[in-house]
Amino acid sequence: MVTVERVWEALAEIPDPEIPTISLVDLGVVRDVAVEDDRVRVEFTPTFLGCPALEVMRDQMAESIRALGGEPDVQVILDDSWSTDRITPEGREKLRRSGFAPPAPREAAPPQLVQLQSAAFKCPYCGSKDTSLENIFGPTPCRSIRYCASCRQPFEQFKTI
Amino acid sequence: MSERAQLLLPIADDELVLGWRNSEWTGIAPFLEEDVAFSSIAQNEIGHARALYQLVAEELGTTADELAFDRKLEEYRCSAFVELRFVPDWAKTIARHYLYEQADEKRIRALMDSDDAEVAGLAAKIDREEAYHRMHSQMWFDRLKDEPRFVEAVEELQPLVNDRGEHTPEFAELWDEMTIVRRSVTGATW
Repeated sequence: MVTVERVWEALAEIPDPEIPTISLVDLGVVRDVAVEDDRVRVEFTPTFLGCPALEVMRDQMAESIRALGGEPDVQVILDDSWSTDRITPEGREKLRRSGFAPPAPREAAPPQLVQLQSAAFKCPYCGSKDTSLENIFGPTPCRSIRYCASCRQPFEQFKTI
Repeated sequence: MSERAQLLLPIADDELVLGWRNSEWTGIAPFLEEDVAFSSIAQNEIGHARALYQLVAEELGTTADELAFDRKLEEYRCSAFVELRFVPDWAKTIARHYLYEQADEKRIRALMDSDDAEVAGLAAKIDREEAYHRMHSQMWFDRLKDEPRFVEAVEELQPLVNDRGEHTPEFAELWDEMTIVRRSVTGATW
């Protein structure tokens, strides 16, 4: 018998295809789970619209729902309901431990260049705020590259979305 | 064609074609940071195009891929401004990037106020991503604003921003390149 709880547990086992230290549930991309008989409807909010991992995430969710004996219906929600604020506290801690600086909180207006160039961002390795922006863009759309002058280590900073 | 399609197709086509043009810098940008930046921006723009096509496709009974790659050349609504091929001219590339982001910001903000909730919701998401493109174009504008080649490029390109007349010869070449796979294997799925 498929239940909402079992679906959430199964989805929490799926690693993010690009940052496998955190799960899709940690990432906050599962907005809702509903079960009606065997039919499992999942509302999935993509991180970045051009994220190449989107299809992989969708297919992996469908696969783990099938493994529970459910019939998956994964709806991709194309609106602004995902934000980096939806990454769970556990998810943020896992990111930091893996060398990714977690995102700053979202504000009403999108961030400005002066904010990115400010020293408000902490190095995930040594905790120093003596860091500078190296590149707004990084290995995936969701990350920027910064440099820590204190421990002389470049690091990846999650963009606030 | 529905009101939503009339509104969104020119934007989706601009994003697809500009994304394609931006991706032409992958591997050959002046330095590594810009190689990464232009590749990332290209990926985002094509992601926006896909999402916009999806909203239109539901209404038209088609798919995002069919809208992106199966239309006839004359059915695309992109502006001449995004069609032009600038590689290897960095001044023109940055001039277009700067002018496009300014014009696109106004257009996306207007969509955010749309009465169509799906359109407004998607526009809000796109705007959050575009904020990083705007920062990048602002950074380059500040760096190049007194360089004669850049100033000239901005003056030359400004009038083209919303030129949706005839397609350019460059677009005919691009159309051929981006549609050839699906044209050569009709009905194939990947």
